Amino acid sequence: MIRFDQVHKRYANGRDALAGISFNIGSGEFAFLTGHSGAGKSSILKLIALIERPTRGQVLINNQNTSAVKARGIPKFRQLIGVVFQDHKLLHDRPVSENVALPLIVAGVPRREIEKRVRAALDQVGLLSKEKSRPLELSTGEQQRVGIARAIVAKPMLLIADEPTGNLDPELALEIMQLFKRLNDVGVTVVIATHDIQLIDQFSARRIVLAEGRVLSEGRVLSEGRVPGEGRVA
Amino acid sequence: MTAGFEAWLARHAQTLLGSLGRIVRHPIATAMTIAVIAVALALPLFFNVLLQNTRTATANWNQAFELSVYLTQKAGADRAEALAKQLRARPDVASVRVITADRALAEFRTSSGFGKALDALEDNPLPNTLIVTPTIGASTPEATVALKTSIEAAADVDAVQLDTEWVQRLNAMLDVMRRVLWLTGGLLGLSVVLVVGNTIRLDILNRREEIEVMKLVGATDGFARRPFLYSGVWYGLGGGVGAVIVVAIAVAVLSRPLGHLASLYGSQFHLTGLRFGAVVRILGISVALGWLGSWIAATRHIRAVEP
Repeated sequence: MIRFDQVHKRYANGRDALAGISFNIGSGEFAFLTGHSGAGKSSILKLIALIERPTRGQVLINNQNTSAVKARGIPKFRQLIGVVFQDHKLLHDRPVSENVALPLIVAGVPRREIEKRVRAALDQVGLLSKEKSRPLELSTGEQQRVGIARAIVAKPMLLIADEPTGNLDPELALEIMQLFKRLNDVGVTVVIATHDIQLIDQFSARRIVLAEGRVLSEGRVLSEGRVPGEGRVA
Repeated sequence: MTAGFEAWLARHAQTLLGSLGRIVRHPIATAMTIAVIAVALALPLFFNVLLQNTRTATANWNQAFELSVYLTQKAGADRAEALAKQLRARPDVASVRVITADRALAEFRTSSGFGKALDALEDNPLPNTLIVTPTIGASTPEATVALKTSIEAAADVDAVQLDTEWVQRLNAMLDVMRRVLWLTGGLLGLSVVLVVGNTIRLDILNRREEIEVMKLVGATDGFARRPFLYSGVWYGLGGGVGAVIVVAIAVAVLSRPLGHLASLYGSQFHLTGLRFGAVVRILGISVALGWLGSWIAATRHIRAVEP
């Protein structure tokens, strides 16, 4: 599903965010990207969503080389990926239902269909009762869940999330992670960037640890305190 | 209608109304923009109304023209009749009327009120005159000038006066005015494009975040641009309606005093306002200008918004 091949990313200010990183995430996988801030987590997500382009190397999404996607093709490409942003990126002058509907409106889905799918997505994140509220009337956790509903409403094959539990209390964070896990159970590939090690220790999932734009270690942590298996140092 | 087309139509209708709702939510800023457009459009529109009226008022003058042929003092009435007969034979002449010097003096005496003064004159100072009317076919400016030259060459002819000369001057002047109208209209139209473009640009800067989010969830530039294009259309339509109202008021204010002025000159002139066709045209133009202004600004600035 996602393949990074010797990817370098240098920003205009001269900072090297990624230094020749390579990894593979298969279809239907659930993976955490972890590491200290500045390790390159956000850069990877931005490259996947075509918000940024690699300086060198190749990024393949669903067997498609992103460097072959021209500016005109970016919208269609993004419609296939659900993105959850750390700062939610909700439109505050519109009700929750319209925020969630945005990817469908943009893709030209018929109105009746939109209503049905928006309600289904809000139901999944447990916010069906808030569809008429404005984002600012909601708590941070609820806003984050609106963002998730928006990311899954178009039924993407790939869901990426940047620090989705950043400002949440542990209980709420766990709830949101479980929601991602449920989505993964129905076949969605999920990639989550987070530095909340305590939280992800509770999940049996692939973990890619980054440091200074490289993969430091990769492995699978089994939940409920079992001894990590398959762990290997890259 | 297919379901896809229906959905497309519904989306456009929704965006159209949405953008109207958005600009109505800022009534003062919107009113200012529309007022600027209305004034810019009202100027050439009103000028056009005046020009149109002048042309209608002078249109029938074009047709009725004649040549006045003044004979020399020594040519007598018999010579005038002979020349008249000669001219009547020409294919480009419809009719010739002879006004003898005596008759001209008699007419002048009664109409001018200088009767007594004229008695003091020893000789009749007026020449024998022929009034020549060309045929319809020979009424073009070129043909009339040719006829004039040809008559001037005849013996005993002192001067030929083409009575249409001042009409031609008027027409030339109207022509210049029309061009001035096109120039000012073009410049003011350009200013409408710039005003709408600038308004849309500020609008886009204010809604940068929204456009960014739209693009993040996969909106094309065209999709993000659409509400701004509709805003431009609304601004244009509002400005066009405003211009029509301004001109209607100006015509109403001017029509009575102008009619009065004309009646003092013994004319039936009546100021004609905007016709339905002209209103439709100006609204079409203003909408097109609004759309163009927003298209230019939105295309440029939306492309620049990158998440």
